Amino acid sequence: MNTLIETRGLGKRYRGRQALAECTVSVPAGAITGLVGPNGAGKSTFMSLVTGMLAPSEGSILVLGQAPGRQLAKVGFVAQDTPVYASLSISDHFRLGAHLNPRWDQSYAQERIARLGVDPKQKAGKLSGGQRAQLALTMSIAKRPALLILDEPVAALDPLARRGFTDELTAAASSTGMSVVLSSHLVSDLERTCDWLIVLNSGRVRAAGPLPGLLAAHPGMSTEDMVLTYLEETS
Amino acid sequence: MTWLTWRQSRIQFLAAIVALVAIALTYGLTAAGLNHLYAVYGSHPAEFLTRVKTGGYPVLYFAGCAVMYLTPLVIGAFWGAPLIARELETGTHRLAWNQSVTRTRWLLIKLAIGGGAAMTFAGITGLLLSWWAGPIDRAGGLPVGTSQLSRFQPIVFGTRGIVPIGAAALAFMIGVCAGLLLRRVIPAMAVTLGLLTALLVAMPLAVSPHLITPAQYTRPVTANLTTMSVTGNGEINDPVTDIPGAWILTDQIITRSGAVFMLPDVPACATGTQAQCDAWLAAQPLRQHVVYQPASRYWTFQALETLIWLAIAAGLAGLSLRRIRTIG
Repeated sequence: MNTLIETRGLGKRYRGRQALAECTVSVPAGAITGLVGPNGAGKSTFMSLVTGMLAPSEGSILVLGQAPGRQLAKVGFVAQDTPVYASLSISDHFRLGAHLNPRWDQSYAQERIARLGVDPKQKAGKLSGGQRAQLALTMSIAKRPALLILDEPVAALDPLARRGFTDELTAAASSTGMSVVLSSHLVSDLERTCDWLIVLNSGRVRAAGPLPGLLAAHPGMSTEDMVLTYLEETS
Repeated sequence: MTWLTWRQSRIQFLAAIVALVAIALTYGLTAAGLNHLYAVYGSHPAEFLTRVKTGGYPVLYFAGCAVMYLTPLVIGAFWGAPLIARELETGTHRLAWNQSVTRTRWLLIKLAIGGGAAMTFAGITGLLLSWWAGPIDRAGGLPVGTSQLSRFQPIVFGTRGIVPIGAAALAFMIGVCAGLLLRRVIPAMAVTLGLLTALLVAMPLAVSPHLITPAQYTRPVTANLTTMSVTGNGEINDPVTDIPGAWILTDQIITRSGAVFMLPDVPACATGTQAQCDAWLAAQPLRQHVVYQPASRYWTFQALETLIWLAIAAGLAGLSLRRIRTIG
């Protein structure tokens, strides 16, 4: 299996606070990888390092075999607060996507927004939090990246929309061969979708591997209990 | 990227176009009257300027100056400062920078379009107003008090010719850099306004006079309180009228030793009549010392000042392109 993200001793300090330390993981291509851990565990920091939004304080990181931020067209990213331009309509956002991305899938974007029942002429500033998140997520998939990175993608969605989105993501990943890394502090968001898991706590990797393999090492435990075990072992 | 830049700033672009049309109409329509006056009275500048002063032209003249003073401030605060700061403040930079366009390219295009539009607007407005005021400038400048406001005087100089183009580029880049460093729109606007005002004031006061060694002369005068004015601290001021269009840097009445002549020390003037004072003054070996930049250097100074602003703007652009690569 090809390696998508390879980190060695990766660390990030903000003004003396160690947000991530000694992070050595390999994320395989073609998988949906879940990044789980409590708030402040270092999930957003890890994702910002992968997308090149932040530069590491120590260690090394390769994304698709190159330094982060080098292959913008192949890496999609939706930040935690799902930023969109308040004064631009949904259609404007899609035009933006079409202008700025070589592999933009306009029909997918339009079809998905139509399916959600949102008027594309609406300004993004007038959308609800969930609709805004859906817009940002739709744009990231329509970019047709090889690697999609989603920071707490379903946090703003209601339970029904969460399920709808994770199903959508799984379908998009399997039909296009796109790899996905997504984070959540809720195991329930991840266990149905992910086939690879990284458990983070206090800026350190506590476990990483294929979900079935991790579960096999903890016979009789639910995913939730297993993750809690990893978190408690170390804190 | 061009489309996005246009889409995000179209309100500013439209506002600029509306302002430009309004200015062009106002000054285009009143230029005919002014040019007609000049055609009739141009060979007698004093007569021409008297007629100019009785029309509404001085108001338009100073309104034009005010527009050119405001232009760089508005460009810096409302075009430059929000350009990056608004993205950083609302988090949309994380959307924009995760499309397939590098940050460097994103910023380059924004700088080229925004800065280009700012320079074009300021350039057209400045040249339009310079053309409108042409007859007044050719007559030596608008009379103010006992002197004339030539186009070389600091209060007018920066509003004419090509300097507004340089000032617009400078204002835009100060705004962009303030926004990039402060990451918030309102503080970036405030810093931009402060810094820009300081630079625009410092140029004619502290920098420009020394760009080329000024010319000077010293010659005997007969001081006379009827034609000369006395300043608050007692210096006598004799308006220079024989070098029209020059930028007068120093105009002093000095004593034989070279010291600036001060009136309050003289008993004949402190307690006597004006005639007694004039008589006393006439007996003094007073000289007038004038330091100035000749009118022939006008376009040299225009070019130098414009180049200085453009050079600073280019430096700031380089700085912002370096900085944008490392912020998160």
